[in-house]
Amino acid sequence: MSVANPKADTTAARLNALTMPTGGWSEPARRDALTRVQAMGLPHRRDEYWRYTTPDSLNAPEAPSAAVFDDDEAPLFSAHDRLKLVFVDGVFDPAQSDDLSHAGVEIGRLADASDLHWARDLYGVLEARGQVPVARPLAALNTAFATDGVLIRATGTPERPVSLVYLHSDPESDATLHHVIRVEAGASLTVMEHGPAAARLNKVMEVDVADNGAFHHIRAQGRDHERRAVTHMFARLGSESVFKSFTLTVNGVLTRNECVIELTGDDAVAHVAGAAVGDGDFHHDDTVFITHDAMNCESRQVFKKVLRNGATGVFQGKILVKQQAQKTDGYQISQALLLDGDSVFLAKPELEIYADDVACSHGSTTGAIDETALFYLRSRGVPRADAEDLLVLSFLAEAMAEIEDPVIASDLTTRLEGWLARRR
Amino acid sequence: MLNIKNLHVKLEEEDKQILKGINLSIGAGEVHAVMGPNGSGKSTLAYVLSGRGGYEVTEGSAELQGQDILAMEPEERAAAGLFQAFQYPVEIPGVGNMTFLRTAVNAQRKARGEEEMSAGEFLKVIRAKAKDLQIDAEMLKRPVNVGFSGGEKKRNEILQMTMLEPKMCILDETDSGLDVDAMRLVSDGVNALRDAGRSFLVITHYQRLLDHIKPDVVHIIADGRVVKTGGPELALEIEHNGYADILAEVS
Repeated sequence: MSVANPKADTTAARLNALTMPTGGWSEPARRDALTRVQAMGLPHRRDEYWRYTTPDSLNAPEAPSAAVFDDDEAPLFSAHDRLKLVFVDGVFDPAQSDDLSHAGVEIGRLADASDLHWARDLYGVLEARGQVPVARPLAALNTAFATDGVLIRATGTPERPVSLVYLHSDPESDATLHHVIRVEAGASLTVMEHGPAAARLNKVMEVDVADNGAFHHIRAQGRDHERRAVTHMFARLGSESVFKSFTLTVNGVLTRNECVIELTGDDAVAHVAGAAVGDGDFHHDDTVFITHDAMNCESRQVFKKVLRNGATGVFQGKILVKQQAQKTDGYQISQALLLDGDSVFLAKPELEIYADDVACSHGSTTGAIDETALFYLRSRGVPRADAEDLLVLSFLAEAMAEIEDPVIASDLTTRLEGWLARRR
Repeated sequence: MLNIKNLHVKLEEEDKQILKGINLSIGAGEVHAVMGPNGSGKSTLAYVLSGRGGYEVTEGSAELQGQDILAMEPEERAAAGLFQAFQYPVEIPGVGNMTFLRTAVNAQRKARGEEEMSAGEFLKVIRAKAKDLQIDAEMLKRPVNVGFSGGEKKRNEILQMTMLEPKMCILDETDSGLDVDAMRLVSDGVNALRDAGRSFLVITHYQRLLDHIKPDVVHIIADGRVVKTGGPELALEIEHNGYADILAEVS
């Protein structure tokens, strides 16, 4: 007699509905990834890192439909000189994209690139490294079944950033994108991502930054209220390299952003930050795992969420400092501003330290609008609603300050102001 | 300008009466000082007038130029011409001092049906006024009160007052935490605003502030009531003898 095993059933149902792209250089990596998925099974509410976020709609064979949202705001980054690569419902659209050739960077498409040895050495490799000690089955699923994505190799410092634009046009679309990025020694690359992408998006980005390389990542997840997304960023950092990632999330019914970073070379720096604002059935989950495996590295996590009208925020952030990672400087802050009594913030900060000469600090707070500050602003004549908006922006400031480019920062602040204005 | 009649105030959360019948009448252009021992209700009086939550008015009234201010929201009181310089100005990270002030100036103008100030015009005015208070461009750009010293915070309060051009200014222990030079600077800022159409209520513990900002009338508050009113000499008397004599005399 068989015992009911919901995890195995869910996994089997999903895998039955998928077809693995075959042939080509990525096939062995895809087969390995499939083996990983089968061994781990898809996530379940009882899994340690899925207690606060229900994975059912991310596991389901069919993507729950999401109405295409008519975004009335000015397109993001439009004033920015950038190399634009456009995906519609998870499929690369050459007609809307710029020419892929650009000085200082090689760009290929996962779906049709010939064997690129550098990509073959990374595809699914960083993802597989990131499966220990915490399983991330949806990322392995992505590696096995990704249908599109880009392979970007920076050999110098390209003049323009690469901008990945994710358009959503089919309310039933289910996108699986997998990008592989290699920043060569001493090279520097900025990648921007924005847009809702699809009704459901499963995205993996593997980023390998060689010694002295620099990678900057700016992301704005789309405004579509019903969209769902699970994203994973797997990064490996060489010595004296820099990795900085900032994500703005405005709306979306379900977002799970995982970021897994390994500092493998001495003196590397990793900053991950996020600002998320949402209301109603908005559910936003940041799950971060940073491993210090070299000397004198710095890592910084700054996550802020503004929640109202029953919205839920989740933060699970870990700093693991291995025994040889002396002089580690680790910082982690996660904070939620609850604009009413119905919203919830669930936080699980973790530190695991085996080295004896490190400085690691972490904090997590949940609070309402500060009445003293609110009164101060109002006493100067600022009406209550405007004063609250100012205090929301004030609350998000530490995260927004992680954006280095002032033009991008002001673009994203405008998005926040738009959200604030709409909730009046 | 400001007429306070028989004002009774208790804490909202607990059954504690703080003000027990304050009567104060401040004419246009006058400077009144309020002194009194700790816990006498001086700061409560300031907060109740500017509209902070947590207090309940159980009896009495307060009118600013004939308008019942107790019925107004704090922002409406500000637009009607009331300003309180805080004893502990609040730090607001991430909001630039200048952005905040321009938002405040224009919100008040809008509430009064006046034209808003353009960014250029605002910049011109604030630069000139900041200079008098020795507030440099860098301090104007910094987040509101964040990392300001005690003296800088108080100068920033006076700058706000100067920019907002209120009719009734309440200074709540503006001298606390100030060194002699800062006190002179702040006082000069206040004195520059003295005008036939503008009145001041100066709450202080010490007579020395009143050497710089010369009051027309001095009130002593004790246990939630005005127990004595007199001229500037009353402040000197307290400086020399403390409150004990006066309290004994009125009890």
